[in-house]
Amino acid sequence: MNGFRSFEFIAGAILIALTGGAVLLSPWLFPDGGTQMNLAARLTPPFTNVAYPLGTDPLGRDILARMVVGGQVSFLVGIVSAIGAVVIGTVVGLFAGYYRGPWDMFLMRFADIQLALPFILLAMTVIAIIGPGLDRIILLMIVAQWVQYARLIRGSVLSLREAEYVQAAQSYGLSDWRILFVHILPNAMGPLIILGTLNVANNILLESSLTFLGLGIDPLIPSWGGMLADGRNYIQTAPWVTIFPGLAIMLTVLGLNLLGDWLRDRLDPLGHTR
Amino acid sequence: MPILGFIFQRVLQAIFVLIAVTLFISYAIRLTGDPAVMMLRESANVTPEDLARIREGLGLNQPFYVQYWEFISGFVTGDLGVSFFRGPIGPIVSDALGATLLLALTSLAVSLLISIPLGIYAARNRGSFGDQVIRIFSLAGLSFPNFWLGIMLILIFSVTLRWLPASGLQGPASLIMPAVTIGVILTSTNLRIVRTTMLDTLSAQFIMVARAKGLSERSVIYKHALRNSSIALVTYLGLQFGSLMGGLVVVELVFNWPGMGTLAIEAISQRDYPILQTVISILALMIVAVNLVVDFLYMALDPRIRLE
Repeated sequence: MNGFRSFEFIAGAILIALTGGAVLLSPWLFPDGGTQMNLAARLTPPFTNVAYPLGTDPLGRDILARMVVGGQVSFLVGIVSAIGAVVIGTVVGLFAGYYRGPWDMFLMRFADIQLALPFILLAMTVIAIIGPGLDRIILLMIVAQWVQYARLIRGSVLSLREAEYVQAAQSYGLSDWRILFVHILPNAMGPLIILGTLNVANNILLESSLTFLGLGIDPLIPSWGGMLADGRNYIQTAPWVTIFPGLAIMLTVLGLNLLGDWLRDRLDPLGHTR
Repeated sequence: MPILGFIFQRVLQAIFVLIAVTLFISYAIRLTGDPAVMMLRESANVTPEDLARIREGLGLNQPFYVQYWEFISGFVTGDLGVSFFRGPIGPIVSDALGATLLLALTSLAVSLLISIPLGIYAARNRGSFGDQVIRIFSLAGLSFPNFWLGIMLILIFSVTLRWLPASGLQGPASLIMPAVTIGVILTSTNLRIVRTTMLDTLSAQFIMVARAKGLSERSVIYKHALRNSSIALVTYLGLQFGSLMGGLVVVELVFNWPGMGTLAIEAISQRDYPILQTVISILALMIVAVNLVVDFLYMALDPRIRLE
């Protein structure tokens, strides 16, 4: 089993190093940001022109450049929204689980409500009101996802608050804040980190779906979902416009899922996050 | 807590959730824009009086609580009202719901037929080469956008090979690609659940007893172990039902499938409040009902579960 585990880690790390590294270096690799058009070379097939190794899109823009630059949006949305949701969810979950009472009730009912509303439909309605955009997408994902972290943390706190070491800390007269953040939180971190990693992957998929539907990122900014939307009408004549950004999403998300799975085995041997 | 009290409490919670969801969605959709403007956007010389007349005709000049009450009381009694653009909602929504359920249930059936035997194989041969191949495939299946998989299938089977229709609902052949698209993702998650729960079950003492009794391996696995693992699988499927419905929305759009997702997207762009609030309320009702049934099933299947 160990051999496979390290394979998972190595494969995931290589994928993320490749995709993440390319995205980090994109300002130097493609200083024009993948926006330069060359209508004379529009819809160049891949592997036929050295200047455009992966071909060009309907406006004659370099697909490789747009793919690398477009990754910025995916990583930004995925990481920022996951961190935002983890931070809010953790604080709410800690207090709800420790103090119980009306806030706990409120949290659990709120979670029920969110469970009953498919995210994509919620997102479509809300974006129809507030309009699309990078900041709104991130905000929407945080609002939609903090609850699952709060539930997770609440569950851990419910069992940890009965633990002897916590009761010892209480009888020692430590403040609730200190007990929550110094003594309980570190013991509830494992599942949080795993779920967070998997959620970055999931958020990248969600962002690309929303942008594909025209409800996400501004079409002028290169993004993977936007490239897929650009290619949709050219699927018969120029399938490469659609194939490559999809592969970029797949390799990135697969890398994150491999790392998340590996983390799960390291940090959560009892399987709370399965 | 007595069992009737528990059931009563869960039903009350479900009703509360439904009221909250329908209130939220009815209110939110009214913030997205004015249907009167949408209706008259192609006519010239629109006066504010024209707009006001249309709003009055649609009942939009009433206070929100009156509009909500009319919607929810009709919804409960089965009178779904009239769309702003397309006539009575009942037949429109029931057609769409039929198409969505057909797609969802076909995908689910396919995914269970694949994931149960493969999951059992992976659990029984834990750590083997086959187990690891299955694991990699189930991770990969969760790693691309489902609409992209749909587009790739269209590219291969409609554009290149010309075997299957690319869009719409015309005969059984048009069901294949959308069902496979949804099925791949469902199979990936179900496989992991079956494998994990079977691993737990196979090490339990009652399995040792069944083997010691000399039962055939087939009977041990399918009669004793699988039945026990099905509790976790059913719970998980119930929890996933909401995201299954969400995933269907985008896939329906790619294949131009005439289901609830396509209907919802059209309704949002036309500001057709009555259709959108009906579609989302029905989806929410189904999700809540499935979770309620799963809760009760769970209790019936496993008497050890404490009522909390």
